[in-house]
Amino acid sequence: MNMNITPIVMPKWGLSMSEGKLTGWLKPVGAQIAVGDEIMEVETDKIVNVVEADAAGVLRRVIGEDGVVYPVKALIGVIAGADVADEEIEAFVAGYAAPASEEGGDEDSGPRYEFVMTPFGRLRYAKRGDGAEAVVLVHGFGGDLDNWLFNIEALAGAGTVYALDLPGHGQSDKKLGDASLGWLASAVVAFMDAVGVESAHLVGHSMGGAVAGRVALDQPGRVKSLALIGSAGLGPEINGPYLDGFVAAGSRRDLKPLLEQLFDDPALVNRQLVDEVLKYKRIDGVEGALRGLAAGVFPEGRQTSVLAEELKASGIPALVIWGETDRIIPAAHASALGAGAKSETLAGAGHMVQMEKAGRVNELLLAHLSA
Amino acid sequence: MTRKISFKTAINEALDLEMTRDPNVILLGEDIVGGSGAPGEADAWGGVLGVTKGLYAKHGGRLLDTPLSESAYVGAAIGAAACGMRPVAELMFIDFMGVCFDQIFNQAAKFRYMFGGKAKTPVVIRAMVGAGFRAAAQHSQMLTPLFTHIPGLKVVCPSNAYEAKGLLIQAIRDDDPVIFCEHKNLYGLECEVPEESYAIPFGEANIAREGKDVTIVSYGLTVNRALEAAERLARKDRVEAEVIDLRTLSPIDWDTVLESVESTGRLVVVDEANPRCSLASDVAAYVAQHAFGALKAAPQMVTAPHTPTPFSPSLEDLYVPSTDAIVAAVGKTIARAKAA
Amino acid sequence: MSSNPFPLSRDELLRAYRTMRTIRDFEERLHFEFAKGDIPGFVHLYAGEEACATGIMMHLTDIDRIASTHRGHGHCIAKGVDVHEMMAEIYGKATGSCRGKGGSMHIADLSKGMMGANGILGAGAPLICGAALASKFRGDHGVGVTFFGDGAANQGTVLESMNLAAVWNLPVLFVVENNGYAEATSVEYATAVDSYVDRASGFGMPGVTVDGTDFFAVYEAAGEIIRRAREGGGPALLECSVTRFYGHFEGDAQTYKAKGENEFNRANRDCLKIFRARVCDAELASERDFALIDVEVAALIDAAVSSAKDAPLPHARELLTDVYVSY
Repeated sequence: MNMNITPIVMPKWGLSMSEGKLTGWLKPVGAQIAVGDEIMEVETDKIVNVVEADAAGVLRRVIGEDGVVYPVKALIGVIAGADVADEEIEAFVAGYAAPASEEGGDEDSGPRYEFVMTPFGRLRYAKRGDGAEAVVLVHGFGGDLDNWLFNIEALAGAGTVYALDLPGHGQSDKKLGDASLGWLASAVVAFMDAVGVESAHLVGHSMGGAVAGRVALDQPGRVKSLALIGSAGLGPEINGPYLDGFVAAGSRRDLKPLLEQLFDDPALVNRQLVDEVLKYKRIDGVEGALRGLAAGVFPEGRQTSVLAEELKASGIPALVIWGETDRIIPAAHASALGAGAKSETLAGAGHMVQMEKAGRVNELLLAHLSA
Repeated sequence: MTRKISFKTAINEALDLEMTRDPNVILLGEDIVGGSGAPGEADAWGGVLGVTKGLYAKHGGRLLDTPLSESAYVGAAIGAAACGMRPVAELMFIDFMGVCFDQIFNQAAKFRYMFGGKAKTPVVIRAMVGAGFRAAAQHSQMLTPLFTHIPGLKVVCPSNAYEAKGLLIQAIRDDDPVIFCEHKNLYGLECEVPEESYAIPFGEANIAREGKDVTIVSYGLTVNRALEAAERLARKDRVEAEVIDLRTLSPIDWDTVLESVESTGRLVVVDEANPRCSLASDVAAYVAQHAFGALKAAPQMVTAPHTPTPFSPSLEDLYVPSTDAIVAAVGKTIARAKAA
Repeated sequence: MSSNPFPLSRDELLRAYRTMRTIRDFEERLHFEFAKGDIPGFVHLYAGEEACATGIMMHLTDIDRIASTHRGHGHCIAKGVDVHEMMAEIYGKATGSCRGKGGSMHIADLSKGMMGANGILGAGAPLICGAALASKFRGDHGVGVTFFGDGAANQGTVLESMNLAAVWNLPVLFVVENNGYAEATSVEYATAVDSYVDRASGFGMPGVTVDGTDFFAVYEAAGEIIRRAREGGGPALLECSVTRFYGHFEGDAQTYKAKGENEFNRANRDCLKIFRARVCDAELASERDFALIDVEVAALIDAAVSSAKDAPLPHARELLTDVYVSY
C-alpha cells in the first residue's frame, strides 16, 4: 500500500456513534490540504461537526455524497500526494475494506457507559484508555459526559480518561444535596474514590471548571493539574437569562434558541442535540435540581464563588481555554489566572469550545497533560 | 439510566411509577389483573396482552378487574375522577367504545365546560388501536379521529416505547380526560427508555427526522413507516423528508406542522384511520388554509381505505398504509411540483 | 306538646318542609316564567316529587354524592345547591351555578356532592359507582345516590351499574323515581316487571318500594339502606312511587294522561299537604309555622327570579373557556 495515500473515513465521535451523515464537503476535489484543514461536515445523532484532515496532500477523490449516511470508518474520500498515479488511487479505493457492521463487532466498543455507587448516589461515567495518568473530565451546568464527545477518545492517548455525569445530571442520580460547588467537588472526589483514582488531572468545562478548581483547593493532593475550559469560578459575570431560560425550558421551541447561544455557529444545534437535552430535562427531579443549583451557585445571574486568586496562590499547574465568542461566560475571564497559567482563546468558537474546536482543544490538552 | 425496553414494558413501567408516586392512581379494566375470583392464579393474565402483568403483586387492590360492562366501569372511572381520584381505565380494544361512548363524550368530555369550569376529570382511558393483528373488523380500528373531534377530550397516540412512557405519565398527571391509544403492533418494539419517571408535554409534536424536501406528518405506528420511507427516499432518491410525529392529536401542534411545510413546500399526511374526517384530512385542510402560499404541490393523504378492516392477511396487508405507499405519495408531491 | 311519633326533631321536620316548599315554589314559578318566554331552552319540572328528594337527602352530607337526572332541580335544592345560582343558571346568566354554560339539565355543585343533573338518561348510575369507589378508597364512609326515572331504569347503564356496585360492594343507593311515565309512554307499556324491586333481587341487592308522596316512608326506607351502605353492607334499590304534576317538559300538553289525573293528584297525592297534615296532627308544628316558612320561601324565590333576570349574560369570551383545565 502506498504510504502517501490517506483515507478520509467517517469518524467515530464518542461512544455511541455507529454512523454519520455527510452533510457537505468543505474542499473541492484537487484542493491542497494541510493537516488540520476542515475538509467535510458530518452530522451524527448528537451534533453536526467538521472533520479535520489528519494528513497533508491533495484531495484526490471525493467518494461520499452529500446527505448520505455512512457507517463509521466507511471510506468517504482520499488524500494523496500529487505524484501518486490515478491507478494507485483506484486500486486503493477498490481495495479498501468496508468496515464490519457496528453491532457488537467493534473491538473498542466495550460498554458504552458504566455506573458506580458513591455516597452521592449512582453516577454514570465513561472510561477510555488505560495509561498510568488519570484524567477526569467534569462537564458544566445542565451538561453531561457527552459534552466530551469529541475529546475523550483523543485524550485516551494520555492516560486513563474518565468522564462522569455529575449528580443531578445525565444519567446519574438526580438528587442533589446542598446545591454548592463544595458539594459537587465532594462528589467528584467520591467518584475518584469509587473508581480507585488517587490523583488525577482535572479538566472542567463551565461550572465543571469551578468544581474542578474547588477540588484542587479542597484536596490539593489529589489534583495534578487543572484544565479550565470556558470555566466558571474565574470572575463574577455569567449569562443569567441563559441560566433561567435553560432551567425553565420544557419544549423544543423554548430550548433550541438557548442551546444556540452555546455555540459560535448556531447551525451546529440540530434536532438530535435538542432532543437529548429535552429527554434529560423531562426526567422527574431534574428541573428542581437545576433550579436549586442555579440558585446556589449562580444566584441572580452572578457567580458567587470566584476562585481565581486562591488558584493563583495554590501554584497548581493550570491551562485555560476559551471560545472567543462565548456568550455564557465572558472570554475576558481567560486571563484571570495571570501569567502563571497558559491561556488560549480560540476564534470561531463559543461556550462549547471543546466541541466546536475539538481538534485544537485536544492538542492543547494533550500538551498540557504531558507537560 | 437508560436501557432498551419494549413499548409494552414502557406502559407497564409508567403505570407502576405513577401508582407508586400517587395513591389516587387506580386501574380498572377487564382482566387487567386477570383471574380475579377464579380458582387459579390471582393475577393470571395482567391484561389481555399482559401489559399490566406484575402490577397486582405491587399495588394489590388498586387494580380492579371489572365485569364485562364497559359503560359501568368506564363511567365509574370518570365518576371517581370527578371525585378526586386519578383512575386509568383500560378499554382493551378501542372498538369497544361503541358500548360506552356516552360516558366518554357526553360525560367526561363535557363536565368542565357545562359545569362552568368547576369540575376536573383526570381520567385516562387506555385502549389498543390499529390493524395488522389479524383481528378483523371489530378489533382493529384506528378510531382516533372520533375522539379528536370531541372538545374536552385529549387524544394521545405514541409511536415508540420512549414516547409511550413519557406520554402516559403525562396523561395520568394531566387534569383533563385523556384517550390514550396504544397500537398493538408496537407492543414488542424496543427502544432506549430512561428508568426514571419523565413526562412528555402534550401539544408538542416531535420532529422525528429533519429534512428539507417534504414534510411527512403522522402518529402512532405509521410514524415508523414514515421514517422507513424517509430513509429509503434519502438513500435512493436523494429526497430529504422531514417526519413529524404529532404525538397528541388533541391538542395538536399546528405550529410545528406549518413551520415545516413552509420550509419544504410539500405535505404528505399518513393516518391509519379511514380517510373521511380523519387526522389526514384535518391536517391537509389546515395546511391548505394556513400555508397555501408555501405549497408546491397538492397535499397527499396516505390512509386506510374507506372500508372496515378485513380479516385475511392478504387483504389486511393492503389495508394499513405501507412504506411503499408513503414513498409513492412523496413521489407525487415532487412530480407534481416539477410539472407545475 | 304531645310525644313525637316521628324519627325527626321539630327543627328537622321544619327543615324538611322548607326544602320541599322551596322545590315546589321554585318549580311552580318556573312553570309561570317559562310560559312568558323568558327562559331559554326547555325545563323538566319536579313538582309533585319533592318528598322523594328530600326524604333521601335528609340523610346525606356534603361528603355524600348524588347523580341526578334531566329533572334535577329538586335534587339540587335538597342537596344544598344555592337557589339564586340555580335560578340564574336556568336563565342562562353569568351568575349561574355553571356560569350560564350548563342550563337546567346540567346544574352541578361538586362542593355540595351534587355531580350534576344529566341530559342522558341513566348516565348517572356509572358515575355514582365511581364516586362510591372513590369514597371506598378514601375510607371516608361517603355514599353515592343515583336517581333515575321509571324510563331510564331500562337503560343498560343502570343495569350494568347495579351489577358493578353489587360485585364491588359499593355504597350506592339506586333510586327509581317512578312517576308512571317515561316521557309520554306508560311504565306498564315499557317495563317488563311490575316492580323494579324484582330487578334488585336479580343483582343480589335488597330493594324496597315506598309511596314517594309520603315523606316519612321515603325517609325511613332511605335511612335504613343508606346506613347499611355506609357501614359496608353494599348497594340497594329504592323505588319511590311519585306523581308528576306537570308534563315531561314545559309545553307538554300531557294528552297521554287521563282526564283529571293532575287535579286528582294535586288534591289527594300532594306530598306537601300530606306532610303538613301529619305534622300538624302530631302537634309538632302549627299551620302558622308552615305559613311562615311559605312566606319566607316565596320571598326567596321572588328574589332569586328578580336577581336572575337582572344578572348579566355571560361574556362572549366564555364561549371558549373551560373546555380543558389546560390545553
